[in-house]
Amino acid sequence: MQMNILAMRPARNRKLLLIQSAFVLTAFVLPLLIAPYQVFQWTLIASYAVALLGLNLLMGYSGQISLGHGAFYAIGAYVSGILIDHYGVPYIWTIPAAAGVGMAFGFLFGLPTVKLENLYLALATFGLAVAVPQLLKYKAFEDWTGGFQGITISKPEVPFGLPITQDQWLYYVSLVVALLMFALVHNLLRGRMGRAIVAVRDHPVAASAMGVNVVVLKALTFGVSAMYLAVAGALSTIAMQYVSPDSFAMFLSITLLVGVVIGGLGTLSGALFGAVLIGFLPNFAEQISKSAPGAVYGFLLIAFLFVMPSGVAGGLKILLSRVFKTNSKHSAISTQETK
Amino acid sequence: MDAFIHQVFVGLANGSLYASLALALVMIYRSTGMVNFAQGEMAMVSTYIALSLIQAGFSYWTAFFLTVALSFVAGMAIERFVIRPVSHASELSVVTVFIGLLLIFNSIAGWIWGYSIQQFPSPFSKFSFLANPYLSLHQVGAVGMTLCVLILLYVFFRFTKMGLAMRGTTDNGVSSRLVGIPVSRMLGIGWGLAAAIGAVVGMMVAPSLFLDPNMMVGLLLYAFAGALLGGISNPLGAVAGGFIVGVIEDLLGVYIDNELRFTAAMVLIVCVLLFKPAGIWGKHTVKRV
Repeated sequence: MQMNILAMRPARNRKLLLIQSAFVLTAFVLPLLIAPYQVFQWTLIASYAVALLGLNLLMGYSGQISLGHGAFYAIGAYVSGILIDHYGVPYIWTIPAAAGVGMAFGFLFGLPTVKLENLYLALATFGLAVAVPQLLKYKAFEDWTGGFQGITISKPEVPFGLPITQDQWLYYVSLVVALLMFALVHNLLRGRMGRAIVAVRDHPVAASAMGVNVVVLKALTFGVSAMYLAVAGALSTIAMQYVSPDSFAMFLSITLLVGVVIGGLGTLSGALFGAVLIGFLPNFAEQISKSAPGAVYGFLLIAFLFVMPSGVAGGLKILLSRVFKTNSKHSAISTQETK
Repeated sequence: MDAFIHQVFVGLANGSLYASLALALVMIYRSTGMVNFAQGEMAMVSTYIALSLIQAGFSYWTAFFLTVALSFVAGMAIERFVIRPVSHASELSVVTVFIGLLLIFNSIAGWIWGYSIQQFPSPFSKFSFLANPYLSLHQVGAVGMTLCVLILLYVFFRFTKMGLAMRGTTDNGVSSRLVGIPVSRMLGIGWGLAAAIGAVVGMMVAPSLFLDPNMMVGLLLYAFAGALLGGISNPLGAVAGGFIVGVIEDLLGVYIDNELRFTAAMVLIVCVLLFKPAGIWGKHTVKRV
């Protein structure tokens, strides 16, 4: 259920571009219209969207399960925090730094583990999710990580004397990064590597017979998805000016899983829906009870799997294709043509 | 040397708990091919129920057996209403459902009983004849209890008709159906047993770890490590694996660093999966293309 732009007719392509432009425009105008705290919320949502893009790449397109990707988010966040706090690196440069470190760790962790069957990969990443928070508090690293207390950095100033608030500037930084990352993964999936990734997911033996180095490709995918998580983590550190080990407990990995499944696996717009969900739900749910977010996530997860397994993005697509019945007829014809 | 022996005994005592939980995991894995990621949370909720029963005035052992029975029924219900509908879905969906269950149980526990840690009574504190220089009274009692459970399960599977039927179900579901075994009911019973075992483990662990909604996460990790080490398709192997992990984890914790226990468990899991994915005693399966 992927958007294969190549097989779509030009009219559909144009419509998609229009919708995307509208979204981007709204995104740019948004912070000027809403309160500062909401700007901060949307900044975090941009960070979550990048994270979910990465997890979606791994779970939706590559078909590998990870219950511990929060660990890479933590790595990115700490890389950013440590570079700013200990080495005085300008916050902007910590984002690519976090990306590099995340990619390296992801690839290294992936290389031995991607050979595992999905279930065992889930177990191994579960171990990662439980181990990393404990590791972050480890005494030997305390000089770097700040131990239990974490690292605090100062709020970035608005450069070039622009007439916007600090919150709005951070929002724009995150937005631009998110759009870049979106474009990056979009291009990745359209190209050779993208097709290879999906081929390996659907039938690894056939893909291998066609010359794809399955292990390296899957490890690279793991690395790229970890890179996305790390970038998201760096963005969150910049947005919150604070990083501490308690933010990266097992619950984070599970929250990301919830976001990507409910948003929609195998679609890029799903990352946005999921990000909005995990960005806003805790605020609403926590007013009811501290345990409400978890319960709601759990119920939503199971409910969506039973009712709408392709997530909100998939559900919307089905809805839209039913409402605009002519479109679905065209798409049926075009898929027959490409066959 | 004495300290070392002491740690080995403590490791074995912890290991008995990991072994029991690992056995529950293996039972579900063998019968359904799925790993129950929510096993720890189910056990935790059972322990809370026991606490509520005790606080309501029931004696410890009444509450104990009542909780075990309730957990058994709950396990069967979960299998029937949540797991069976998704049993034919992709692995990703199945794992996600388990995570959903994990979240729900964790949240329900937090919602009903709160997040502050609570004390859980130990029934063995009065058995002073068990005193020895290596283990606390409760630890000895816990080991004894888990050994009882393991022996009971062994007897059940080896010598009873239903145990035989269940073994048949896990070995070959299709043939079992042809022979007349109600496979679905066997799966339900398997889940019920796993939930009951989890309840026992939870109640044995709670006095030392103190009861809070996140009590079982670390334990579950060690149980996974034990089950994988011993062979996730082999019940006896998983039990042995649990004991081994208990000893290794305790020794590492004492001699290297207490704060690295989870990391050590994770490294162990990854190493086992890399070098001997079927575990020490597990069967190596070969997939046909």
